[in-house]
Amino acid sequence: MSGPNTNYDPVEVAALAPEAVETARDAALAAIAAAASLEDLKAVRSAHLGDKSPLALANREIGALPPSAKAAAGKLVGQAKGVVNQAVAARQSELETERDERILIEEAVDVTLPAARRPLGRRHPIELMSERIADMFVGMGWEIAEGPEVEAEWFNFDALNFDADHPARQMQDTFYVEPPDGGLVLRTHTSPVQARSLLERGVPIAIACIGRVFRTDELDATHMPAFHQVEGLCVDEGITMAHLKGTLDTLASHLFGDGITTRLRPSFFPFTEPSAEMDLRCFACRGEDPNCRACKGTGWIEWGGCGMVNRNVLSACGIDPDRYSGFAFGMGIDRALMFRTGVSDMRDMIEGDVRFDAQFGMEI
Amino acid sequence: MRVPVDWLREYVAVPADATGVQIAADLVKVGLEEEGLHTSGVTGPLVVGRVLTKEPEPQKNGKTINWCSLDVGDANGTGEPQWVVCGAHNFEPGDLVVVILPGGSVSTPQGPMVVTARKTYGHISSGMITSERELGIGEDHSGIIVLSRFFADRPEVLTGLAPGQDAIPLLGLDRETVEVNVTPDRGYCFSIRGIAREYSHATGAAYTDPVLALADRAPAANEQGYAVQLADDAPIRGREGCDRYVARIVRGVDVHAPSPAWMKARLTEAGMRPISLPVDVTNYVMLGLGQPLHAFDLAKLVGPIVVRRARPGERMTTLDDVDRALDPSDLLITDSESQRALAIAGVMGGADTEISDTTTDVLIEAAHFDPVSIARSARRHKLPSEASRRFERGVDPQLAAAAAQLAVELLVEHGGGVVDDGVTDVGSPVPAPDIDLDLSLPSRLVGVDYPSERVVEILREIGCGVEVSGEHARVTPPSWRPDLRTEPDLAEEVARIDGYEKIPSVVPTVAVGNGLTHDQRMRRLVANLLAAQGFSEVWNAPFVGDDRHVALGYDAAAARARTVRIANPLSDEAPLMRISILSTLVDSLRRNISRGFKDVALFEQGLVLALEGKQTAAPTEDVGVRPSPQTMAAIHAAVPPQPRHLGFVLAGEIDRSGVWGAGRPADVADAIATALGITEALGLTARTVADDAMPFHPGRCARVELADGTVVGHVGELHPKVLTALGLPARVVAGELDLDALSAASGRPAQAVTLSTFPVATTDVALVVNESVKAADIEAALRTGAGEMLESVRLFDIYRGDQTGAGKKSLAYRLSFRAPDRTLTTEEVSGIRDQAVAAAGQAVGAVQR
Repeated sequence: MSGPNTNYDPVEVAALAPEAVETARDAALAAIAAAASLEDLKAVRSAHLGDKSPLALANREIGALPPSAKAAAGKLVGQAKGVVNQAVAARQSELETERDERILIEEAVDVTLPAARRPLGRRHPIELMSERIADMFVGMGWEIAEGPEVEAEWFNFDALNFDADHPARQMQDTFYVEPPDGGLVLRTHTSPVQARSLLERGVPIAIACIGRVFRTDELDATHMPAFHQVEGLCVDEGITMAHLKGTLDTLASHLFGDGITTRLRPSFFPFTEPSAEMDLRCFACRGEDPNCRACKGTGWIEWGGCGMVNRNVLSACGIDPDRYSGFAFGMGIDRALMFRTGVSDMRDMIEGDVRFDAQFGMEI
Repeated sequence: MRVPVDWLREYVAVPADATGVQIAADLVKVGLEEEGLHTSGVTGPLVVGRVLTKEPEPQKNGKTINWCSLDVGDANGTGEPQWVVCGAHNFEPGDLVVVILPGGSVSTPQGPMVVTARKTYGHISSGMITSERELGIGEDHSGIIVLSRFFADRPEVLTGLAPGQDAIPLLGLDRETVEVNVTPDRGYCFSIRGIAREYSHATGAAYTDPVLALADRAPAANEQGYAVQLADDAPIRGREGCDRYVARIVRGVDVHAPSPAWMKARLTEAGMRPISLPVDVTNYVMLGLGQPLHAFDLAKLVGPIVVRRARPGERMTTLDDVDRALDPSDLLITDSESQRALAIAGVMGGADTEISDTTTDVLIEAAHFDPVSIARSARRHKLPSEASRRFERGVDPQLAAAAAQLAVELLVEHGGGVVDDGVTDVGSPVPAPDIDLDLSLPSRLVGVDYPSERVVEILREIGCGVEVSGEHARVTPPSWRPDLRTEPDLAEEVARIDGYEKIPSVVPTVAVGNGLTHDQRMRRLVANLLAAQGFSEVWNAPFVGDDRHVALGYDAAAARARTVRIANPLSDEAPLMRISILSTLVDSLRRNISRGFKDVALFEQGLVLALEGKQTAAPTEDVGVRPSPQTMAAIHAAVPPQPRHLGFVLAGEIDRSGVWGAGRPADVADAIATALGITEALGLTARTVADDAMPFHPGRCARVELADGTVVGHVGELHPKVLTALGLPARVVAGELDLDALSAASGRPAQAVTLSTFPVATTDVALVVNESVKAADIEAALRTGAGEMLESVRLFDIYRGDQTGAGKKSLAYRLSFRAPDRTLTTEEVSGIRDQAVAAAGQAVGAVQR
């Protein structure tokens, strides 16, 4: 709505000729098209649509025209202004799009620059393997049991049918706790958790125990004084060695892939009868290199011991061995990791060098 | 156990073309794991050569070498003489020697040495004339092998020799020795006799027990035998220390006679060093049949021999020249000369009566000793011997007479002399009891359908007597299998002989379990949380020494009382179990720093010792016996508490410097944030309270408390003294949390409240307080004063300067308020803020700026 036309000076008013309006409109359109930037366009808008622009002046003149001419003149000027306004808006939009695109291009960064202000840490692959193993057993309906590392000799040996004078007790390279007759050792295997679980939970039972065990081995490429085992115990009516084999084959496939070849080999452990060792086909030579270092040319890598729970173990834990039978196994996790990931020096596993963990993701 | 294949073939019909590798593979099937395969390591061409010419050439270095030509037949491909430089002088033209031609190799301690044609002493030497030692068939290195002397006792071999002939089979260098691991239950497999039997089980090869013929030839005991008395007045576990003693005498033996080459070869291959005829014979019989023997110099014995326990204070000097104090439970072989001890039975003989250069009459002892008694003596005196190893694992009690027979035969054959008619054989071993076997048990235990006939067949095959009656059988184990005592033992035999490879693979169906426990899930959460925040997980062996406790500033006596000591630690420096994760985690930190990593964040979860009060003894119990409730309780009570802890350390920059600008070194706030992040992740409300605990800086240490006041750990910057003592850089921060305590406090689901969608109203207040006022106390007062409309309090600035005055600080808080049911008015917000400020004023003297 315009206000009173106070500046009106009829003397100065030229005739409101249609040609003049068209000229002004065309000049405006040309200027708009020529505007190269938003700043240019702003100046163009001010020059061609501003208060002192020819179209604005023409608009003012309409008031001075005789009523009969007003409508036609109004229409003429109004249309011209409309066309110019549209052209400004269109050009404005064009220029803004150009500017936005240019800014995005200018804002590009080098996405290959280092980005980790705070690098990610890592889980230890032994722990990841342990979790993977635990998950498999949980998926089979088993539970995960635990026990102490400083353990009573009764749990570590007596309950497991290791007679105090049997040579098997010496084959364990045991760390004894002072005083030597105090009845405590560092557990030499995860098997004491068998006895603990049988006493606490009774039968039927299906538990896996994953944990650290200790033997008096000096640290070198293939030995650690502390290492990791997964123990399994399954006792119920009608359990056989076939179930043991099925369980270990499942674990082996889970950890090493479906193509893994295993074998059960007769062996001896005081706490199982019959007893066996489970071997894995050598990952390095597949049994084809008689000089293979990984398997010493035998084609097989010892993974762990297993067997049917000795009647004496069941009796010591108050389970009727005439009614129940069960199997147990203890497999090396460190060895499984070596097998799965090609770690060749055990020292790398225990030294805590950040580069070791960093080779692996958070899932293994 | 090393098994020379040639020896094995004597007792069992090993196929002519069977290699050591195949034999090892067959033995594995019956439970004898392959440990290794030993060969001479010599590869051809190794041929017989006749020396044609030998030109001595003195050298500047004083040595004289011989430039020799040899006829090696067509072995060199040309038939021309082979020219070789040789440093030895013990041969002449015309002698037959052994030559390794270029391309052949011998085994050396450094690995295989391949012989090539090479320039030496001004000649091209195309081969090497070899000595016994170079070929690994003897110790002699004084000269090369001259075959006429080497085979002096085998003229039939010498007549057939021709230049160019392959010397590898001639010298037995193609012989193989299979080494197997014998499990502790299979004492009989510490003999070629036992291994041969197992080979037969594995392959079906015909086996002839060498003992049968020997037992037939062995004369019965008689009155003229050397007097032996078994006088064990203190049997261990009710078992006589010696339940059989056979003694045989050979007179006029030439102890200097050499042992035959074949015997020396077999002994060497089996891993024993040939020493003298009497010693070699006893070792040979032990390795061959499994019966340890002892040879006494008869002239030094004063009969009768008495087998008895040691007397208190008794001593003896063993063969290794060690004067030993004997224990009253040591079983001894003694004679009547001042009742002296001649041997610790089954373990080691004494110096007094050993065979010497002057011995002519030899008494051979073949006895059966109680495994437990021998095991204890061998352990007590730290004398594991070939004999004790066998006795501990059980020697066939019916073997003694046959073994003694073989020994006397070998002595007479190779050392001359005459066997005494007198034969001693005292004692009567109690046979192992029969086993009543339910014939269906092997099938039920193994999961393979073994028909009764198959079970019986297998048990008979391994030497058992079997009397079937219905579904049961009375099984009499063979004398060499003392390990067969129960039904499952027999089931294992059935499975083993039938083949473990026939056991099917069946996954058992078990009852539905409860999944992981909260504790187990929590530990994963904590570990993943820390790993996501930049910490790398490590683990350490839990061993420390007192010096580590001192370095960490722990009270050494208190730390010692909290843990246990290893009696046989790997290192005397670290005999204690750790009482904190940090005490071993610092080792990982040091290692990383020393390997060039300055910015390190590590964590470890593990058990620590937390002994309270005195360490008690854990009772033990016989195997197969369920302890009484009292004993069980004592066992449980003696196992020291071992809570699971988490330790973490941060050194260097936590936010790294880089293209984005400067980094930020980790400080104590990061340690606090780490600990509180864990409690927050577990849904626990926790706070840090100023504390002063080692190994932390007294002004930069906090204990972490749960809402109910339970202390779950400590965080802080490590004490400068600790850093110095451990050689760590300045400003390392760390924390240790008790995961068991966190687990116990967490795991219950939080209860949700409805979220208000009304607008938030915020207001800032700046409070001036004394420097000593703790931020947590101000915040607590603000919360109390503001009441339930307060949604959050955030401390966003701390200012110290002229406007606060000396000893004061100004803390700026942003308070956010929200009502559950309406939009708060400006007046309401001001009112609540004033209440909050007033409360802070009252609690800690805060004044609003």
